[in-house]
Amino acid sequence: MSLTVDARNRIGEFHLDARFTLPAGLTVLFGPSGAGKSRLLRLIAGLDRPLDGRIALDGTVFDEVTTKVHLPTHQRHIGMVFQQPYLLPHRTVESNVALAVRHDERVVRHARTRELLAKVGASDFTLRRPGQLSGGQNQRIALARALAGNPRLLLLDEPFNALDLPVRRQLRALVRQLVDDSGRPALFVTHDPDELRDLADNVLLAEHGVIDTIDDIAGALKRARINSPRDPLI
Amino acid sequence: MNEIDWFPLLLSLRVAAIATLITTVVGVSGAYALARFRFPGRGLVEAIASLPIVLPPTVLGYYLLVSIGRNSPIGRSYEAVFGRQLVFTWQAAVLAAAVASLPYCLRTATAAIRAIDVGYEEAARVAGLNGTRLAFIVTLPLAGRGIIAGISLAFARALGDFGTTIMVAGNIPGRTQTMPLAVYDRVQAFDYATAGVLSGVLLFVAVVVLLGVRRLERTAL
Repeated sequence: MSLTVDARNRIGEFHLDARFTLPAGLTVLFGPSGAGKSRLLRLIAGLDRPLDGRIALDGTVFDEVTTKVHLPTHQRHIGMVFQQPYLLPHRTVESNVALAVRHDERVVRHARTRELLAKVGASDFTLRRPGQLSGGQNQRIALARALAGNPRLLLLDEPFNALDLPVRRQLRALVRQLVDDSGRPALFVTHDPDELRDLADNVLLAEHGVIDTIDDIAGALKRARINSPRDPLI
Repeated sequence: MNEIDWFPLLLSLRVAAIATLITTVVGVSGAYALARFRFPGRGLVEAIASLPIVLPPTVLGYYLLVSIGRNSPIGRSYEAVFGRQLVFTWQAAVLAAAVASLPYCLRTATAAIRAIDVGYEEAARVAGLNGTRLAFIVTLPLAGRGIIAGISLAFARALGDFGTTIMVAGNIPGRTQTMPLAVYDRVQAFDYATAGVLSGVLLFVAVVVLLGVRRLERTAL
């Protein structure tokens, strides 16, 4: 599976210019806030349309401006975890995940849902509603939902930003394991160097709306130090 | 006090119930379209749909009478299918109540849908939902309390309509005389006692609906 992106977009004064081929494994999209990381994920997911260029996953063209191709989001077969869980508050945990399982047979949907909830450590609260759970538990469910449709690509947009450090560490380990198990490429957005060090197989750098450089962890941190010399975390 | 004729109450309930059913279908689907789709003339549609709130009911009734009268295309088509005219029937009262109450449902439901964080819908789209599944599983339940509040207001408005109803359905006792018309009739006949009982019933329904709407708004998701 390989995602190729060669796309440009403009949102107000902000210009996004992305050119890369996503490697296998878990790639961390790293850069400061406002560098265009979330905008890129929205383009790949089809939630925004590029002004120019092409986005494709293997043989499937997601967007091609010259031929006016735009594959709707629900047909892209990708999984995405947002900064907020966005679980439906009027449905149970189990139902939230089952909705994303793409299979006609109820028995299969049920089995797949239970399997995923076990994988993310949420078997004990399948019948609860999202409002009854903690932020970390809700993001576990959001992870299960993102994987429910057997996605060809997993996108994670700073999913653990709002969580405490110990919970973040647990969930990073879970993401690592889930991506390894799925064998699908994943793109994880963060501006946190710790998350970068813990998770990255490769690093895709975002700087002022330009996203075109793939590097290793050491190289990415070196560039970040040059760009943000006073940041004590880097 | 004369013996109270409860026909107007039963007719009003029937007219308001059917009108609310029409209002719900038209109002909620219209609200979804207005809140979620961009199309040319959206503002104009929204303004026209809100006209019944600002127009005098008799003016609204006049335009409705012209639209469904025997010489209008709608009136002629109705007569061709059902073999009788539409105006001055209880069905015309349903139409009058539906038109008069539509904006209360439409505007409240539109505001409720617009207030939803689009992130829920985007997450659902990525998960494979689209079209009617997205609307019925995600959007409408999230806006549910606002929509129910709008439907309740529409029901109360339909139950209490006077001006529009009298213009298109008349005030025929035993046929098209709804509660508000019966109250008017009783007052004209100096039967204040009966008018008081009938008015009390309408007042009670209105208060119950408004308390319910307030409760829904306070506990909105």
